[in-house]
Amino acid sequence: MTGPTTTLPDNQILDRALAWRDEGRGVALATVVTTWGSAPRPVGSHLAIDETGAFLGSVSGGCVEGAVIEEALEVIRDGKPRLLSFGVSNEQAWEVGLACGGQIDIYVEAVE
Amino acid sequence: MKPDIRERLKAARAARNTVALVTDLESGAQAVIDEATRSGTLTLEGPALEAALAALRAESTGPLPVTGRRLFVRVYGLPWRMVVIGAVHVTQALAPMAAMTGYGVTIVDPRQAFATAERFPDQRLVHLWPDEFLAEEPPDAHTAIVTLTHDPKIDDPALEVALRSPAFYVGALGSRKTHSLRVARLRERGYTEAEIARIHAPIGLDLGGRSPPEIAVAVLAQVVKARYMPET
Repeated sequence: MTGPTTTLPDNQILDRALAWRDEGRGVALATVVTTWGSAPRPVGSHLAIDETGAFLGSVSGGCVEGAVIEEALEVIRDGKPRLLSFGVSNEQAWEVGLACGGQIDIYVEAVE
Repeated sequence: MKPDIRERLKAARAARNTVALVTDLESGAQAVIDEATRSGTLTLEGPALEAALAALRAESTGPLPVTGRRLFVRVYGLPWRMVVIGAVHVTQALAPMAAMTGYGVTIVDPRQAFATAERFPDQRLVHLWPDEFLAEEPPDAHTAIVTLTHDPKIDDPALEVALRSPAFYVGALGSRKTHSLRVARLRERGYTEAEIARIHAPIGLDLGGRSPPEIAVAVLAQVVKARYMPET
């Protein structure tokens, strides 16, 4: 049984991202690289995104995935990695709603 | 992530090798390292390489404590597995729950009548004696072994392999009386008190539940605890 894909362990999110790339899809991989306070997902958590916006995994339990996916689509287009910050010190982040009060940095890179 | 890094990660994952991906968050340069090899455009030397290797050995993902650079290491370790001996009622609840928690589950039962695809849809079923299966796929430090038949003829061969393996969890279903008889048999077979003490029995955290799915919750809870809090 593979279970719901949202519950795949993070190492398998990497495997899926690599497999997507092998299928010829444009793919980005997002990784939680720093957390402060009550961030909902630990450092190392992955979100894999393809060129259509399909995604697997999670980096925040739903708070900022939408914004990360938007950035990921840009990353797939231009190939340039980005380091994103969400949290209390970032007003824009509050708009996308990291309601848990934590702060996270997320690295988004294209799987070339 | 450049194509060479991608291929290196893919090969390591397929070969079940533990590797670390190190990223310079400022430049985007990356390296994949294991004990013996380094590849990629990121050069790691001196304290940075030491810190990366320490993270690899500890399977510790996070920022690398290197001054003047913003380096991040992500360690990809062995997959976590659960071997369940006995295709019994508790297993019907435990196997899908463990899969959802991230364990690759294998159900081992030599009795064809128990381990049927109808009773275990989508599960990996193996009709072998447990010692035969564990010889084919030896337990490692990311393996939990759970015996649920309380039939010594099936459970004991699994426990005998498990107790001398690096498995991070060994649990055996059965009452206190069943367990004391089991302990006596293992002593007879030359197992030390320290080896025998590795068995979680009666199995599972004490949650008070009695139904098969409740027992499955208690077992899985104990496995999760053994993984993250091994000393308690």
